[in-house]
Amino acid sequence: MDVIYEWFRLLYQETGINLPFLYDEYDRNRMVDGFLTTVWLSLVCLFFSVIIGVIGAWLQGSSFKWTRRFVNGYIQLFRNTPPLVQLYFFYFAIGTLLPRVENDWGGQSPILGSFAWAAISLSFFAGAFNVEIFRSGIEAVPKSTVEAAEALGFSKLQIYRDITLPLAFRVVLPALNNNLVNLVKTTTLAYAIAVPEMLYEANQIWSDNVNVTEMMIFLLLAYFVLVGVLVGAMNRWERAMKIPGYG
Amino acid sequence: MSWNTSDPMVSLKDVHKSFGDLKVLNGVSLDVMKGDVICIIGPSGSGKSTLIRCINALNDIQQGSILVEGQEVNDPKLNKLELRKKVGMVFQQYNLFPHKTALQNVMMAPVRVLKQDKDAAEKSARALIKKVRLEGKEDAYPGELSGGQQQRVAIARSLAMQPDVILFDEVTAALDPETVGEVLQTIKDLAEDGMTCILVTHEMAFAREVADHIYFTDRGVIVEHGPPDTFFKNAQDPRTKEFLSQIL
Ligand SMILES: Nc1ncnc2c1ncn2[C@@H]1O[C@H](COP(=O)(O)OP(=O)(O)OP(=O)(O)O)[C@@H](O)[C@H]1O
Ligand SMILES: [Mg+2]
Repeated sequence: MDVIYEWFRLLYQETGINLPFLYDEYDRNRMVDGFLTTVWLSLVCLFFSVIIGVIGAWLQGSSFKWTRRFVNGYIQLFRNTPPLVQLYFFYFAIGTLLPRVENDWGGQSPILGSFAWAAISLSFFAGAFNVEIFRSGIEAVPKSTVEAAEALGFSKLQIYRDITLPLAFRVVLPALNNNLVNLVKTTTLAYAIAVPEMLYEANQIWSDNVNVTEMMIFLLLAYFVLVGVLVGAMNRWERAMKIPGYG
Repeated sequence: MSWNTSDPMVSLKDVHKSFGDLKVLNGVSLDVMKGDVICIIGPSGSGKSTLIRCINALNDIQQGSILVEGQEVNDPKLNKLELRKKVGMVFQQYNLFPHKTALQNVMMAPVRVLKQDKDAAEKSARALIKKVRLEGKEDAYPGELSGGQQQRVAIARSLAMQPDVILFDEVTAALDPETVGEVLQTIKDLAEDGMTCILVTHEMAFAREVADHIYFTDRGVIVEHGPPDTFFKNAQDPRTKEFLSQIL
């Protein structure tokens, strides 16, 4: 490893191409932390946005008018406003309204940090789209299949869990994957509230080293690879979920 | 309310059903004894499907009474789960669960609904698949089976719940002529085993052979009924005669 690190230091000395996060341990740790934060934030948001989608789509089928209206209101609000404004709203508006707690140094700090707010905000943002995606999938499940389950004595919840969702899931996987890829790209917005994710750490590095061009190229490639891996995994998953002789 | 086997297992009295303004059933009454096989025939749109779907509460009714083993179906407090444990149903379009194999289709309801032990359920599911002559197809998905094979899985799936009566709604209507026979044979086997069956069918030869009683419906009423011999030879009502002359 050290040989490689030294090579990049020489590269900088000979050509001026400065990639400090490869030869400098401090910058390297910053970049690794940023990368891990991006991955972790993405995973948390993927998970919760899918949960929100599943529950929201179930509630949209409720027989209570107000439940359906509430879910629709949520979807409209989060689809028709910019995610950056949502993030600021959560962090600065709701965040400052919440009580503060005493921290380890005897000072006051907010109950939720910037990472938590980014996770909440982006989960709700992507979740709104996921509700609609799941809803369309549920509508594509034939009524007759659901009826067969009813005739066998399945309860409403059992039908949703065992029949409707698994079938709807397969129908919507392409749309869902699309939305989840967008979500991963949108995690860069967390930069705006100083979540130390990849873009934020890159910014720290270019401020210290004045190597904006190199960092921009690196960032573009890093996201290209990260999202590429996700897309590859999703495509494999889509193939694995395929039912023989169906769809 | 207690029910004993000398009473009708399924008893409809003056059943009325409409979809909005459209009156589909206009006072239907019929009794089915334990072990009976009855066939309902009649022109398209006469309400045959609606009639049998009322028996397992897939459709609700506006007026009249439907008793299944003494339990009133037309009751807002009806325990649908208890009813559906007693009444099985097989559909025209099979309606199998496409994401489950044949075996899983058959054992799913016993495990989920009856809370049967998985191994026991699998054992009986395999026996049922054998019974409908589909050995070797246990792990096939519905999409990999022919129509006739899917319909036999659907019959096995219904049998797995050990119902007391099974409703069949034109279960051969979507099949190729070559595969109709295998499904009819499966139903015939069931009838011979003493299963109570209520069938809607267009297969007159089959109805004649297996039915204990035939009901002819038109525009939401039972126009005429009787044992197959009398029914097919001495139909009285002009509507029955016209229908039979077209179909035979
Ligand atoms: N869910 C529904 N909503 C509104 N009308 C319905 C519904 N189901 C059935 N009908 C109407 O009720 C009438 C009887 O339908 P049903 O399916 O019971 O007829 P059928 O005798 O089974 O006909 P077929 O032989 O074509 O299957 C038809 O006019 C049909 O259009
Ligand atoms: Mg019908």
